[in-house]
Amino acid sequence: MWEAVVTITILALVAGIGLAYAHRRLPPADSDLVEQVNELLPQTQCAQCGYPGCRPYAAAVVDGSAAINLCPPGGEDAVHRMARLLGRDPEPLAAPAVKAVAVIDEAACIGCYHCRNACPVDAIVGAHQYMHTVIADECTGCELCVAPCPVDCITMRPLR
Amino acid sequence: MTAPTYDLGKLHGGLRLQAHKKVSTAEAIVEAPLPSQLVVPIEQHVGEPAQPVVDVGDRVLRGQVIAEPDGEMGAPVHASSSGTVIAIERWPVVRRYGDKGPCIVIECDGEDEAFPGWDHGDYRELPPADLLLRIFDGGIVGLGGAVFPTAQKLMQARTLQVEHLILNGVECEPYISCDDVLMREHAADIVSGAQVLMHALQVDICFIVVESDKPEAIHRLGEVLAEAGDDRIVIKQVPTIYPSGGEDQLVQLVTNREVPSGGLPTDVGCVVQNVGTAAAVHDWIVRGEPLISRVTTLTGDGVERPVNVRVRLGTTIKDIVDCAGGYRDNPRYLVIGGPMTGKSVTTDEVPVVKSSNCVLVLADAPTAGPELACIRCGDCAAVCPVQLLPQQLFWYACADNEQKLREFGLTDCIECGCCDLVCPSHIPLTSDFRKAKGRIRELADEKARAERARRRFEARNQRMRLAQEERDAELKRQKESAKAAGPDAIAEILARKRKQQEDDAE
Repeated sequence: MWEAVVTITILALVAGIGLAYAHRRLPPADSDLVEQVNELLPQTQCAQCGYPGCRPYAAAVVDGSAAINLCPPGGEDAVHRMARLLGRDPEPLAAPAVKAVAVIDEAACIGCYHCRNACPVDAIVGAHQYMHTVIADECTGCELCVAPCPVDCITMRPLR
Repeated sequence: MTAPTYDLGKLHGGLRLQAHKKVSTAEAIVEAPLPSQLVVPIEQHVGEPAQPVVDVGDRVLRGQVIAEPDGEMGAPVHASSSGTVIAIERWPVVRRYGDKGPCIVIECDGEDEAFPGWDHGDYRELPPADLLLRIFDGGIVGLGGAVFPTAQKLMQARTLQVEHLILNGVECEPYISCDDVLMREHAADIVSGAQVLMHALQVDICFIVVESDKPEAIHRLGEVLAEAGDDRIVIKQVPTIYPSGGEDQLVQLVTNREVPSGGLPTDVGCVVQNVGTAAAVHDWIVRGEPLISRVTTLTGDGVERPVNVRVRLGTTIKDIVDCAGGYRDNPRYLVIGGPMTGKSVTTDEVPVVKSSNCVLVLADAPTAGPELACIRCGDCAAVCPVQLLPQQLFWYACADNEQKLREFGLTDCIECGCCDLVCPSHIPLTSDFRKAKGRIRELADEKARAERARRRFEARNQRMRLAQEERDAELKRQKESAKAAGPDAIAEILARKRKQQEDDAE
């Protein structure tokens, strides 16, 4: 009988250590879901959803505090994908979006640096007192640089 | 080393089509007259378009480089004859998207003066890596129609240790006969080109694959090989079935090895080149003439006398129809390429480029009949050479279901057009698949873009956090040093400051 008790105790101990290790080291299941939702988002980091970036919005969607239709750059596509993933009903997009890139009117730019600080993906280059410009390939069209410009020299140019 | 003998593999599906080739092979290759004006597109290959290195007004010589490749993938473009560059502008060309592309327009002076200084010496003394670079300089691309830069293909193959070089002389598409006549008339050039390629790749086995409906070509190649006494090169005959000339299909037929889905022939130890490409390699490495002309089949029931012409690249179709006795009558319907995979064009101002293996002039536009609903007969699946299920793919293409399209192997579709031809409901399956492929590619691009944006965003956040931490640390250090100096020192500084302000106020 003692043999059985010892065996089971050892088994329980090993399993317990394993589980405790997994709990500490592996990310919890909920964050997996957040990652999955984050995958579906367009990564524009535009904050149009009201959250400071795509991942925070994904976290809010997963814990149920945000609706799934708040991402205009993702379009209906992203809404449908999220609905399928989370088992919620798809809703129409809260605000439609046009794909665009920011364009700096380089003649008017005063080199104030404000837009550079606003860009979430470092797609604006330039130095103090010098003309700035947008790396069109990296621009996600989030419009975050438009408001800070003191001379209103940034416009959004629709793609295609 | 002699070549191993493989049992011929078997091609799934495929079709036996009416060849329509005899009409254009009756005569020898006609040399097209030098046109008064050449329109040379800078985008004649897979990869980035080449960048012009000449200006309007420059005089160029035959064989001179007029556009250099930009980026890793590409090929230089050479002037096809001597003359003056009169414009660099957009001109109607054959392309996948849009109908105009940037071209260098040369007004020929008729002297056809050659660019001096192309001499490679004996290629056998060159190390393979140098030989590959030379081939690159010749602007040579796959002349079967896919125009993949030859040097890059060989370089890829070289890093992967291939065993076989396969020369594709199958030319399975109806009407086209340019490779057939090339094999008949320039068999020696092809064999010589094969030897250059084998030296560049350091392989010992070469198959020249020819369809069984080209006995003259096989005979002539056999004669040349017997003369050359090179037992590393073997001729293989394959049955006449469309599309046995597809790269992967050819590998399967010749070596009985299947190229894996999404893979390349190099994955099963083969590299495939068109026979025309081999002849072009010979012309460049042995004779010092870069790729400035090609043989094109000018055929169809819309021209008087179908024929094969050697055309300088950049000659417009308008300028070569006279070689075939001119157009028969209006209206006519122009296709560049074969009837199965070609692209129709609306104007004969389009220049002949590296990819133009055939100019098909039809008296009437081909009509397929009205499109009806799919009746799920499965004929398309029976003929598909890649063993896909076109009826399912069509289903998912209509529903725009990207995941299922991938699962059912849409990306392996070679767009051969067999399913279109057998479909009793006249559904344009191939064009639907082409569109669906485009959408899949777009989605993948978007995903890659999103991934890049995410990485940039995270890198930026990381940088900001580090900067903030640095600032905090600096502030803390200052506070501590102030504390270390003691309250007296601080009071003294404040007093000095106050005094200064009072002085300023006075």
